[in-house]
Amino acid sequence: MSRTLFDRIWDAHVVRELADGVALLYVDLHLVHEVTSPQAFAGLKREKRTVRRPERTLATVDHNVPTGERSLPITDPIAARQVDALSTNAREFGIELFDLKSPGQGIVHVIGPELGATQPGMVIVCGDSHTATHGAFGAFALGIGTSEVEHVLATQCLVLNKPRNLEARITGRRGPGVSAKDLILALIGKIGTAGATGHVIEYTGDAVRALSMEERMTVCNMSIEAGARAGMIAPDEVTYTYLEGRPRAPQGAAWTKSLEHWHMFRSDPGAHYDTQVRLDAATVGPQVTWGTTPGMVADITERIPDPAQLATAHEREAAARALEYMGLVPGTPLQGIPIDRVFLGSCTNARIEDLRAAAAIVRGRHVAARVRALVVPGSQRVKAQAEQEGLDRVFTDAGFEWRNAGCSMCLGMNADVLGPGERCAATSNRNFEGRQGRGGRTHLMSPAMAAAAAIEGHLVDVRAW
Amino acid sequence: MVTAFVRHRGRAVTLPRRDVDTDQIIPKQFLKGVERTGYGPALFYDWRYRPDGSPDPAFELNSPGAEGATILITGPNFGCGSSREHAVWALAQYGFRAIVAPSFADIFTANCYRNGLLPVRLALSEVDALIRSTEGLHEIVVDLERQVISDDRGFTASFTADAYGRDLLLRGVDEIGRTLLEEPSIAAYERSHP
Repeated sequence: MSRTLFDRIWDAHVVRELADGVALLYVDLHLVHEVTSPQAFAGLKREKRTVRRPERTLATVDHNVPTGERSLPITDPIAARQVDALSTNAREFGIELFDLKSPGQGIVHVIGPELGATQPGMVIVCGDSHTATHGAFGAFALGIGTSEVEHVLATQCLVLNKPRNLEARITGRRGPGVSAKDLILALIGKIGTAGATGHVIEYTGDAVRALSMEERMTVCNMSIEAGARAGMIAPDEVTYTYLEGRPRAPQGAAWTKSLEHWHMFRSDPGAHYDTQVRLDAATVGPQVTWGTTPGMVADITERIPDPAQLATAHEREAAARALEYMGLVPGTPLQGIPIDRVFLGSCTNARIEDLRAAAAIVRGRHVAARVRALVVPGSQRVKAQAEQEGLDRVFTDAGFEWRNAGCSMCLGMNADVLGPGERCAATSNRNFEGRQGRGGRTHLMSPAMAAAAAIEGHLVDVRAW
Repeated sequence: MVTAFVRHRGRAVTLPRRDVDTDQIIPKQFLKGVERTGYGPALFYDWRYRPDGSPDPAFELNSPGAEGATILITGPNFGCGSSREHAVWALAQYGFRAIVAPSFADIFTANCYRNGLLPVRLALSEVDALIRSTEGLHEIVVDLERQVISDDRGFTASFTADAYGRDLLLRGVDEIGRTLLEEPSIAAYERSHP
């Protein structure tokens, strides 16, 4: 019987079928961070249990860490306690930790691929919904809750209902100024925030094949924003070229053997998908969200929609509520909406290619007088690479703040938050009410679009640059 | 250990919104704890309290009679967004035992089953009918054994719970303890997949 990429990974990891469609699934790589793990480790200790495979577990601090000066202690005592707890737990259970002093520290979904720890065909879990990022390598990577984190620590397995298969076929050539972020935002706008609930999305089509490894990560990262359990892209030469020579990637003879193994992780011709959606990349322009879910998104050339025109009462209510929160009026052109803050960062868009794309816009220009703009690299290695290329100077000369790695203003757990009513052009993944700070208003977009908005002081079509 | 759920009778409160994300259920500033308890007061914090810290009378949970409600009736895609289990801890510690909605996010659902909180999925029309029937905050019975939800005004609907999650809830299972009994299978898998 023909199988999808996801079916193959699933089948290769079933330890035991527990019931129809429910399996005990083996986990190859477990990523751990400071916010969703302390209760899991406490549970292990209380029950006198151990971590079954510490060498398959990697930890870092990212969610609540300050992105300013690293030589000083963390000033928030509660955040410091969480960071300390992870350090203690990693030591006690023998787990490798990339802490604040480590040159390998960074957002968990940036450092996994960077290390070459993320590999095709793997099952990867983390107590974070953006774990789908790793699916870009042809892995089944999913976010889990803290109880499941504890379960994986203790057993190296996860009990899961098998999700259904959804094919998102993206074809055609992207126009200039249109990025991977625009493709995924357009797709979420099309299928909705629950459009892929209960499914794993496999992204296929020539427009997906044409994406770089980092662009694929951006696409897979936001699968959860369409409700998907995970997103994935079958590995190919782009994947192998990215992985070869990375510290945790197989070396020498093991590399050759791995390549043979990885080639099997693809969907058979004619494999069955429960749901199929299509997107023509040529029709997609730069996208900007106008509301409080990632599905409330439009082309930058469009106007704020009128809730009264929407199909259902639920949608009308949700859109009206969103516009009230966002302080926006139906019919207003998106271009020209003034902004106060710009955030270049997050596991969606803070890798080196993202910083290069933004720097190309910013070079030789200056941030608008009323705007405060922040660049938070996805990892300390990305930061070092950018500095080697002189990108830090491009940003700081233009009036951006240049920070250390972390999740930062994507979720505002550290000091990087929006004030009430402040409007932000952000390269992150969620525009929920209060996500970046209570009363803060978030517009999601690509790095190039956010950089252009920083310079102009308002939302702008980057294609006009 | 999961708190068992077999049958629950309680008062309902409605929150007729779609896409209620876990950032709303529990905002980020409450995620810095290292304990599993103490999250009830933070539930829906930014909606429940005004910036000065006083309760916002316009929010449904602050309406007269909502106090003591143990069943939440809400819109589609409840619990979307962040995987934070703190959202489920906050709902459960506030006192909710069941959430009724047309659809739930996947990670949220998994978290519910591991914390004695039952997600009840009904058709949108059934949720609307239940909301109309519940005006006046009367009591509802959620029966997980029979997979039926009903009230004493003639509303009744059946639902299908996730089979594995239902088993966890009905029996109040220690899931990790149970999986550890699978040790021979896990070890065999590891030997065949070095």
